Order: sequence, then C-alpha cells, then structure tokens
Amino acid sequence: MLKKSLAVILSIAVAVSGLWFATKLLEPKYMSGILEGAMISEYYDDPTDHNVVFIGDCELYENISPVYLWNNYGINSYIRGSAQQLIWQSYYLAEETIRLEHPDAIVFNVLSMKYNEPQNEAYNRMTIDGMRWSSSKVGSINASMTDEENFIEYVFPILRYHSRWSDLNADDWDYLVNRDKVSFNGYYMRVDEKPAEDVPEGRPLTDYQFGDNAYYYLDKLTKLCKDNDVELILVKAPTLYPYWYDEWDQQMIDYAKSNDLTYINFLNLQDEMGLDWNKDTYDGGLHLNLSGAEKMSDYFGKVLVEEFNIPDRRGEAELDSYWNTVNDRYELEKERQTNNLELYGTVHDPDENK
Amino acid sequence: MLFTSYEFIGFLLAVFVIYYLLPGKMQWPFLLLASYAFYFIADPRYLIFIAVTSVTTFFAAKAISDKKIAFDTWFKGHKKEYEKEERKALKAAEKSKEKKIFLACLLLNLGILAVTKYTNFTIANINSIMSTFGSENGISFVDLIIPMGISFYTFQSMGYLIDVYNGKHEAQDNLFKYGLFVSFFPQLVQGPISRYSDLSKTLYEEHRFNWRTVSFGLERILWGFFKKLVIADRILVAVQAIIADTDTYNGFYAFAGAMFYALELYADFTGGIDITIGVAETMGIKVTENFIRPYFSKNIKEYWNRWHITMGTWFTDYIFYPISASQFMMKLSKKSRAKLGNNLGKRVPVYLSSFIVWFTTGIWHGASWNFIVWGLGNFVVIMISQELDPFYRWFHSKVKVAGTFGWKLFQVVRTVLIMSSLRMFDCYRDVPLTFKMFGSIFTDFSPSQLKVEAFTGMGLTVYDYAVVFVGMLILVGVSLVQRSGSVREKIATLSAPIRFVIWYGLFMATLIFGAYGIGYSASQFIYNQF
Amino acid sequence: MEELLEILGDLHPEVDFTTATGLVDGGILDSFDIVSLISEINEEFDVTIGAAELTPENFNSAEAIYALIKAKLDDED
Repeated sequence: MLKKSLAVILSIAVAVSGLWFATKLLEPKYMSGILEGAMISEYYDDPTDHNVVFIGDCELYENISPVYLWNNYGINSYIRGSAQQLIWQSYYLAEETIRLEHPDAIVFNVLSMKYNEPQNEAYNRMTIDGMRWSSSKVGSINASMTDEENFIEYVFPILRYHSRWSDLNADDWDYLVNRDKVSFNGYYMRVDEKPAEDVPEGRPLTDYQFGDNAYYYLDKLTKLCKDNDVELILVKAPTLYPYWYDEWDQQMIDYAKSNDLTYINFLNLQDEMGLDWNKDTYDGGLHLNLSGAEKMSDYFGKVLVEEFNIPDRRGEAELDSYWNTVNDRYELEKERQTNNLELYGTVHDPDENK
Repeated sequence: MLFTSYEFIGFLLAVFVIYYLLPGKMQWPFLLLASYAFYFIADPRYLIFIAVTSVTTFFAAKAISDKKIAFDTWFKGHKKEYEKEERKALKAAEKSKEKKIFLACLLLNLGILAVTKYTNFTIANINSIMSTFGSENGISFVDLIIPMGISFYTFQSMGYLIDVYNGKHEAQDNLFKYGLFVSFFPQLVQGPISRYSDLSKTLYEEHRFNWRTVSFGLERILWGFFKKLVIADRILVAVQAIIADTDTYNGFYAFAGAMFYALELYADFTGGIDITIGVAETMGIKVTENFIRPYFSKNIKEYWNRWHITMGTWFTDYIFYPISASQFMMKLSKKSRAKLGNNLGKRVPVYLSSFIVWFTTGIWHGASWNFIVWGLGNFVVIMISQELDPFYRWFHSKVKVAGTFGWKLFQVVRTVLIMSSLRMFDCYRDVPLTFKMFGSIFTDFSPSQLKVEAFTGMGLTVYDYAVVFVGMLILVGVSLVQRSGSVREKIATLSAPIRFVIWYGLFMATLIFGAYGIGYSASQFIYNQF
Repeated sequence: MEELLEILGDLHPEVDFTTATGLVDGGILDSFDIVSLISEINEEFDVTIGAAELTPENFNSAEAIYALIKAKLDDED
C-alpha cells in the first residue's frame, strides 16, 4: 500500500514538473527584440515602498526615467506599464499596487481612454502574463479577453504558447527560469534619434466621446485612490502621435475638475520642458528617447516635489544601494546602445532577435 | 460544442464527476439531462426536433409492441379454433394494423429529416432545371436549421422502430430511457449509429467507479484527441489550401491533396469515435466499434465492412435487405432470369438494390450532387470488382501470388487509392471540378511540382509536415499492433514506469504538438504604434 | 439439403458447406451472397424469406439456412 501511494505521488510529481518545465520553456521570454512583455513581472523583485507609481502605456514607460527622478530629486518611483496597456489593465495594476504598498501618488496616462473594448490578444498577454496571481489578475483577464481567448489559457499558458515548439531559440533555454532585467524601474531605454517630421494632424472623428467602459474604469481608479488616500495624477504625455484631440483633452479637463484631480497635459508644456523634436525622440515623435525622457523627468520631478510634496529619500541606506545597482545598469545600457549605434547604426546587437 | 474545445472538456469533467457521485438509480436520468443540456448549449431550437423524434418513435414502437404481445397471447389461446388459412388471414390483418402505425411514424421522421436537410438542395435543382428552360425567377431558398446530428439520431431511432416492428425485440417501456438512447450525448454529433439491442445492455445499468474501466476510457479519449489535434487538424490546413486554389494545385498536388485528405478524414473521424467510445467507457457504457483498421482492407467491400461500420450495417439491414428481399425484387429476379439467363439475370436485383443503397448513402452524407456521385462511384467500383471476380479466380489459378505479402500490399494500396480518388468528390466544389482535378493527376503531372516550397506554401512548415509524418507512423504502428488484440490491454501488461511514459508522452505530445488555440508566433508582435 | 448445398457451392466453390460454420460472422457470405441466396431459394423451394429473417444466426451454417427453409415450408407458427 505504502509502495503504491509512493508510486502515485511520484508519478504526479513527475507529471507536474514536466508540465511546469514545458510551460517555462515554451512561454515567450521577451529578452531581446520585444522587451515589453517582460516588464510587468519585474516589479515584484524590487523593494516596494515607492512614493510615486506611474501606471499606463508606452507614453509613460518610454517617457519618464525613474533613475533620473531618483538621482535628481530623490523620488523613489516605479513605472508599471506595458505595451498598449488598456485602462482596465491599468486599473487592476493600480489595485494590486495599492494592496502591495502604499504610494503617495499614482500617475495615470490618459491616452488609453480612447479604447473602450478589448483590443489585441498579443498585447493582453504582454500585460497580464507577468502579473502574479491575485483577484486583480483575474479581474484584468476577464476585462481584457478578446473573443478568441479563453481564461484557462491564462491559467495554463502552455495552452496558448504550445505551438512555439517550432520557434524555440537559444533565448528560450538561456532564460528558462532566470530572466534578465530589461527595464530600469519600468523604464524602457532608447538612446537613438529619429526626428519628428510631418507629424500628421488627427483625422476628424465622428464621435469624440470616450466610451462608457473607459469611464467606468477611470471612475473606479479615482475611487480606489480616494478610498486609499492616494493622490491620483492624470497626465497626457508630450509625444505627438497618436494624435490627442482637443475634444478628448476637454473631457479630461472636465473630469479632473469635477473629481478634484490634477490633470497635466504635457503637450502644452513642450517649451517649458525644452523638448527638441529633432533630438528627443527615437521614432519620429511617437516616443521620447533617453534625452527626451530625462527632460520630461526633470520637469515632472519638480512638479512632484513642489506641488505634491514627494519626499527626497536619498540617504536611506537601503534605497541608496538599490538605486546604485539600477543606476549602474542604466549607465551600462546607455553605453551599450551608444556603442552599437556608432558601430552598426542601430541600438540593437547584431545577433539580437528582433 | 466541438469535441476539441475547452467547453467540451469542462462539460465532460462535470458530467463525469456528478455521474459517479450520484446513486446508481439516478445515473441514467442524469445522462439524459446532460445529453439534453449538451444539445441545449448547441442551440435550444434543436431540442424540439430530437424530442419530436424521440416521442413519436417511442409511442409508435410501444403501440406496435403492445399490439404484438396482446395478439400473440390471444393467438396462442385461440389458434386451435381456426383453420390454417384463417390463421394466416388473422396474422396478416394484425400485421397490416401494425404496419399503419409503423409507416406513419417512419414517414413522419424521414420527412423531418428530408425537409430540414434536403429542401434547399431540391430548390436549387428545381431552379437549375427551370433556368435551362429559360425561366428567370427561381424559388428562393428557405432558411431552415439543420439540427445537429439529425442524420444520426433519426437513423438510430428508425433502426429501433424497424426492429420492434420486425419483432426483433420489445419496445422500451420508459419514455425517458428511450429518450436517452436517442440523445446519448457522446454519439450525438457523429455517431456511431447504435442499435438499441446493443446500447441498452449497458446504458441504463448502475455503474460504480472502476479504475480499470475509467482509465481505459481515458486512454481512448486521449488517443482520440491525439489523432484529431496532432494529425487531422494540422494536415487539414494543407488540404484546404489545395482544394481552395485549383489553378495552382492540380496534377500531383491534387493527388497529394487526396492522400492528405485520406489521412485527415481517417484521423478526424476515428479520433472522434475514439473520444465517443472512450467517454462512454469512462461511464461504464459500451458503444459499438465503428472502424476496424479500414485502410488495411484488401477490397472495397471489405473496406465498407471496416469503415463507418454502424452506418454500413444500417444501410444493409434496413435498406439493402428489405429492398432485395421484397416481393417486387423476387418477381424481378424471376423475370430477369427468364429473359437474361440464369447467370446474368440473378445479378439484376442485387445490383438494383445496391444502386439504391449507394444512392441513399450518398445523399445521406450530404445534400449535394457531389455526395450522390460519390455514392454511385462506390456502387460502380463494387460492381466492377464483383464482375472481375471470375477474372481474379482465373488469374490466381495461373499466377501463384495470392497470400504473398507483396500481393496483399498491392491490394491494400489499391483499395486506399480507389477510396481516396472517390473521396475527392467530398473535397471539391462541384462534380465537374472533381473530375477535372482527378484527370489532372494524369495529365498535368510534372516533376517540377515536387518542390518543397510548394508544400510549405500551403500554410504548413516543414516542422508541421514532420509532426504529421511521425503522427502517421504512430498511427500505422498502433494499427499493426492492434491486429493481434487491444493495444490498451497490451500496454496494461507492461510495467508501471513504462505505462506512465507511454501515456504521459502521448498527453504531452497532444498538448504541445496539437494544432489548437491561437497560433502563437513572435512575428505577430510587430511593434508599431505602442 | 442437397439442393441448398448445390446453391451454396455455386456461390463459393472453395468452401465446404457441409461442415463450415460462422458463414456470416466469419465473412464468407456477404450481403450480396445472402441476397443471391434468398432469390435462389425462392426459385428452388418457392419460399419467401423476409428482410427481418436475414440475421447472421439464420445464415451462419448450411444447417441453419436449411432449418429456416424447413420452418418456412412447414409454414405456421
């Protein structure tokens, strides 16, 4: 009897570890080329008591540098952002963040108000897969799924990624369990430049009203922050495209006013920040590069300190040493990209899978 | 709810757990409930159709059966009072009363089947005939629903009705038990077409959890999923590419398409039946086998005894025999013998019955000329092979190849090629196109078509073909082993670690190499705006 | 019985029907054979065999077939 139960337990153990191994091997690693999918999960590894947490899409994670904020203002911050992060995904990340720590302020970028329905399965996965299991993750999945998706594919990612068996490469083995850090407290760095020319005017829309669903989650986010005594700051990043309509802007101004929130449209502050669209973007005005992000951080840091009294925490030994390591990686990455740019004309390594 | 969907697996799990938690007496009623739920999830409107068929056949069969029993009891007590001729007349009178009920029920149900399935086909044909006479305005098509599995459950019910009418067995007394026989969910979608005398043996019994039965059932389900997901659903991509673009894919590609389709259909159909039988088995219920390694058949007749067996026997028992044993055929037989001589004359009724059977088989498969021509194609091939019989006898008396491996292999290959050619009607849009594509195999073949690039251009990579190929080898291997008895029995005699490796390996292979879900590829993540 | 064996022998000269059993289950007689057989029987014995009686049990051996014919000839119950 003992022998038999032992055999059963052993079989189950082998079966489960086989599944675990296959899942780990087959899931995408996002360690080169498309790094965005790896960013959400990095959050959990670092010390948490951030004073500011930025939550939103690429208009945050490519435009603000927490390293700069630390070095110049002593602001301990993190960006919880991912590609095309939809508002409900941001909401659930905020919910989780507030459960895990208690930031003084949450900064939310309002561009995603333009999406009222689930959009793209691939982006969903990049945002959600990295989250740890909690009611927030369940909520995020349920709010995000497109018609072709199934909840169970999030529970068992192998059901989703099994067909990658024919695409496996060295990265999948190298990063089977341990992954590199790809971001700097959520910041995605690019040093290259591609001037913004001929940025198109937005085409007229038939309806400028943001959707009910988007507002529903914005309301939830507002309430969440109020209930937990967290300052919610709405921002619109200064990047030129996707086009931000005046009608949209007005809705956010009104919303902030009626809910007693701060809304900062950085598009109106380009001169104050000193943005130069010939030098401060790497893709013609969609996203800022490092130089642009540091300019924006410089301006925003001042606002955070002066208007929201975010404390300067430099001098706390633990934080100093943590930020030192991030800063070292930051400098190394800057150097690597600059070198690549000189040698190959691109920030990517020649053998990088794009 | 497709067999290969998360919903179905979830549904199965729920049914399975509840089934064994319930007291034995509640098991079959629960299965009825589950079957109707299964149907309800597919489309609530379907329920009316299956309920009508169940209720009408139940009461008709019950009435016939009750009358029969009452008559027999009465007759036993009173037959001495009558002369031989009178007794005959009494019996005939009884039979004709039963026959009225029988025919009414039969025609009603076949009528439902015909209307739902063939109305639009009929309209299309009328329209095309009218247009040849220059008529512009055709009849517009009717928007009818075709209830899932209607061909299968109608045939199953009619088989039951005919058997009761013929006195093979008594009618079921319980409407709900009968309802379960008609709607039993694992076989609702694609058969097998069970006989009441078979299925009723285990369907209503109480079943206690038995590890051996359950594990055997699960193994069978897993094997079915392997066939469907790893082989069928993958090669299907190439089949569809080939038949969709006949300008590019003719000649050798048409041949390759026919072979791919042979593999796809076999893996898909037998895999589905494996799942059906396996699901029933996990609940202790025995469903009739529907396939016995058909691609190992040596001739077409044998093939049809081994492929979709329950359909073949249904047509034999309920169409071929009644027609060929009818008074009309007996008379025809006499006449044709008198006119055409004994040898030729005796074949007329057989072939005529066979012709009717294959015509109906064709149209049963689908409301289109493709299927009708396919059915008649089978008839022609069977007739030819029947007529060639003397030739083969002569051949074998001269050349001693019978029984050799080479000859058997030749027979098997020949059967597969003939059946695959006929099945091309199943693939292409219409009959002329099928003939054109079949012809192109011989006329448009060129060695330049044997390019790897052409095949990887059909939506499958070299890796996919490799998986299909290995899957096919496993399929053939299992079939070879199966010739000497159940593969699962054989595996059960192996040591535990080896059993574990086999079943876990099959599970993981299905999980990873199965063609299901949203195909993931990194190329999807072309990073544009965000 | 003699006549019956002759009919059977015509269908399958290679089989010894005096001893053979399992004719249907063993695949010696297929549906074509059975239909030819009943029309021959109809001719020879003037006996009509109905579709309902075309079961494997009735055709598995020459003896069984003969029993069926005899029962038909004697008619009655």
